Amino acid sequence: MTGERFLFLLFALATCGGALGVVISQNVVRMAFSLVIALGSTSGLFFLLHADFVAATQLLIYVGGTLVLLIFGIMLTASGPYVRIKTSPADLFLAAGVGFLVLFMIVGTVMDVDWEQASIKLTGRAIAEKPIGYNELGQGNTARTIALGLIGSRPDKDLGQPAEKGLSTGYLLPFEIVSVHLLVVLIGAAYLARARRRVDSSADS
Amino acid sequence: MDVELNHYLFVGAVLFVSGIVCMATKRNAIGVLMGVELVLNGANVNFVAFSRYTPLGIDGQIVSLFVIVLAAAEAAVALAIALSFYNNHLTIDVDRGDELQG
Repeated sequence: MTGERFLFLLFALATCGGALGVVISQNVVRMAFSLVIALGSTSGLFFLLHADFVAATQLLIYVGGTLVLLIFGIMLTASGPYVRIKTSPADLFLAAGVGFLVLFMIVGTVMDVDWEQASIKLTGRAIAEKPIGYNELGQGNTARTIALGLIGSRPDKDLGQPAEKGLSTGYLLPFEIVSVHLLVVLIGAAYLARARRRVDSSADS
Repeated sequence: MDVELNHYLFVGAVLFVSGIVCMATKRNAIGVLMGVELVLNGANVNFVAFSRYTPLGIDGQIVSLFVIVLAAAEAAVALAIALSFYNNHLTIDVDRGDELQG
């Protein structure tokens, strides 16, 4: 058993187990812990896929940011110790059945697709070929390529290509849109929290 | 047998289905939010796996970065809504938020 295969099995089992733990557990705090396991193992899978920058971002933003936010949400909305919010067993049974059906449908579809033919049809290149501008030295070292793509230039696609092909476009506009979106969203979240406090003070007086 | 594309797609499918079931069955609003996070993570696994195993190159990783940022924004808004809901209803049970039904 090679090292990559062992690590893949480890991370994949931890990811699936964490996801199932989120579904099965009825306690919100345990759900949050299972989610930590699932998201952290997903970042391990990203490292295995040579996507080191995405994996580090996943660890920093998801596990370090979003989950802490979720845990604060759990703490701030904690009900009394005797109040338990449970799903009825009939609903759980039905949801498990539907979930297994959807899973079998997705897996069957994935197994049916011939990725080799799909890749040739969509991109005109065989699946075993390396991406345009790929070099072995840059494998796994994706931070600089991603940063250049985000500021709108794609040397990984343009270097070594004929000049009349023109330059590829990067992701500068989506990057700006997503940054403005993040600003608007945070202002909106602050407004929601502030409106809540005003309602409270008027109700008290 | 080596690790190949289908294995990663299978992990992504398990994450996706878990998230869907979580969203559908949890009565706690924070639980529903966790289901959304799981679904977005399944999509991310697929994006990065296709970026590695097909000639598409770095684009899949950039899209997955966008997904991560949007998931963080979505978590912030959903948490503010959940806190507002808790303040109005004194519970986080989503079945109690039924004022809008006709």
